Amino acid sequence: MSVSKHFILGVFDDEDVLMHGVHDIRNLGVKIQEVFTPYPIHGLDENLGYKRSRLPMAAFLFGLTGCTLALSMMISMNGIDWPMNVGGKPNASIPNFIPITFEGTVLFAAFGMVGTFFVSSGLAPWSKPVIFDKRSTDDKFIVAIDLSKNKLSKDELSQILMSHGATEVNEKEL
Amino acid sequence: MQVSSSIRPPLVTGGKTLHDVTNDICRHVEAKPNPTWMIAFGISVLTLSYGLYNVYRTLWYGIGEWGLNKTVGWAWDITNFVWWVGIGHAGTLISAVLLLFRQKWRTSINRAAEAMTIFAVLCAASFILCHMGRPWVGYWPLPLPNTFGSLWVNFNSPLVWDVFAISTYLSVSLVFWYIGMIPDLSTIRDRATTKISKIVYGAMSFGWTGGAKDWSRYESVSLILAGLSTPLVLSVHTIVSMDFATSVIPGWHTTIFPPYFVAGAIFSGFAMVLTLMIITRSVYKLEDYITLEHIETMNKIIILTGSIVGVAYLTEFFIAWYSGVEYESYCFINRATGPYWWAYWCMMTCNVISPQLFWIKKIRRSIAATFIISIIVNIGMWFERFVIIVSSLHRDYVPSSWAMFYATSVDVGVYINSFGLFFTLFFLFSKFLPVVNMAEIKSVLKSSSETNSVVDFKSNVHSH
Repeated sequence: MSVSKHFILGVFDDEDVLMHGVHDIRNLGVKIQEVFTPYPIHGLDENLGYKRSRLPMAAFLFGLTGCTLALSMMISMNGIDWPMNVGGKPNASIPNFIPITFEGTVLFAAFGMVGTFFVSSGLAPWSKPVIFDKRSTDDKFIVAIDLSKNKLSKDELSQILMSHGATEVNEKEL
Repeated sequence: MQVSSSIRPPLVTGGKTLHDVTNDICRHVEAKPNPTWMIAFGISVLTLSYGLYNVYRTLWYGIGEWGLNKTVGWAWDITNFVWWVGIGHAGTLISAVLLLFRQKWRTSINRAAEAMTIFAVLCAASFILCHMGRPWVGYWPLPLPNTFGSLWVNFNSPLVWDVFAISTYLSVSLVFWYIGMIPDLSTIRDRATTKISKIVYGAMSFGWTGGAKDWSRYESVSLILAGLSTPLVLSVHTIVSMDFATSVIPGWHTTIFPPYFVAGAIFSGFAMVLTLMIITRSVYKLEDYITLEHIETMNKIIILTGSIVGVAYLTEFFIAWYSGVEYESYCFINRATGPYWWAYWCMMTCNVISPQLFWIKKIRRSIAATFIISIIVNIGMWFERFVIIVSSLHRDYVPSSWAMFYATSVDVGVYINSFGLFFTLFFLFSKFLPVVNMAEIKSVLKSSSETNSVVDFKSNVHSH
């Protein structure tokens, strides 16, 4: 049996009101589940206390893998397995291998990072998202607060949201 | 709270609210296709069909259907290939380089420009497959062990570099474009009324909800992809230029080629973006998003890149004389005064003179003039590649093997095919996908629009 979760949703109309609101609400000790916005807002992740994404590190590691694979592929094929004399150059002619090494690095870094992003954010064509308020992909900013994770009552939370600029407060049960 | 700048005109005009942006862009996706679209799409499909007939002739009878001969082994095929790849470069420049430079005006045009990149690279790839003559063995340039032994491809060859460069470029651009579209697709999903669009846009939006954590990751991914795409786009046309520059043909064997090709690519690409954007903004009534400021800014980039291209032409000519190499100087004198003089002077007029008209503010801000010049630039850039390829090849070292290239109807038809393919894809894109990046437009709306009150700022709520 799944435990039903009860959420309080604060609807904001403006990004600046939201930014200040989120900051102040968190200072009051309220735990915010997540904030849904129609576009990226710089600094909102810091305001919510999220750590910086480690995706750039993933990209670097995938890029390093691509670089190593591409270079070693070319050295092993043209340099070791079947050496060919091309214009009297060395069989494993590193300067000539740089373009493909670069392309391999970019290919692996891009696909590896995007794949990691999809997995860590649970994005896939078959994923069934929980949509708290459909307007959050249009023009509203939704602050979702999980009732069970907060000591305050429903009414107190609504009161806090309204006093920090929410234009409406809704409830949602999952 | 409206932040307006006294020096910079707003990026979005017409007093749009966030909801207006959603409505304006989603309208075209949700409405039934309008008659103009139907006619334009119909013409594209007919063009494509005629083109495919010519591709069929090329593949069935072989590339003898083209006007190539033993002396001129590359002509329209590679001209068209380089032309299309070059056009593609502007899309990446707008989406990646301008993102790194924090140029916010890119937000209105990046989606369509990236789509243009992908379709242009597909067109370019179609010429590579056709010019192989036997596309069913088109996988031979890949590093697979040859069935007759363990012979591998030659990694010293720029043609092999090209295979890797173009395929990486196409796939990374596709991913970059798609990632950028996911939030907008979720907007369409959340507005969808029919069952089919709910399912289709639901799957295409990958379950995006716009949570702050996801946006934070999304921003990281966009930035890194931009950082990767910037050197990538430079590498692609550099490698394309090396297809020529590493050979020993007079007129090709020059160190100036990589930067010269990259500048030319951006030049023609921006011209194509302008052509497409001027049509798109009027067909879809997007004048508030793609404003005269956008057009003027792009025209300034055309002046810059056009001038670089002009300097490159003069440098080439000077070096041909200064190097003292007879073959090299003959090649360039032959370009300007030989049997292909008309192509050379067409290139010079279109690419060097026409963009200089944009120094005049009135022309730079005239939509009609911009539209005409953008097409002239692309004609000029086609002739540039034609001049480089054909005029360098047609007079070989031995005068007995001198020849001329005459295009056949199949040459023309295969070129027409690429236009059919490009516009069919572009019209499908403009109907079924959001042509403007809604999320990014919304993010600049507050700081740069004519909207006086996106929403009433609640000054009573806080006292910061």
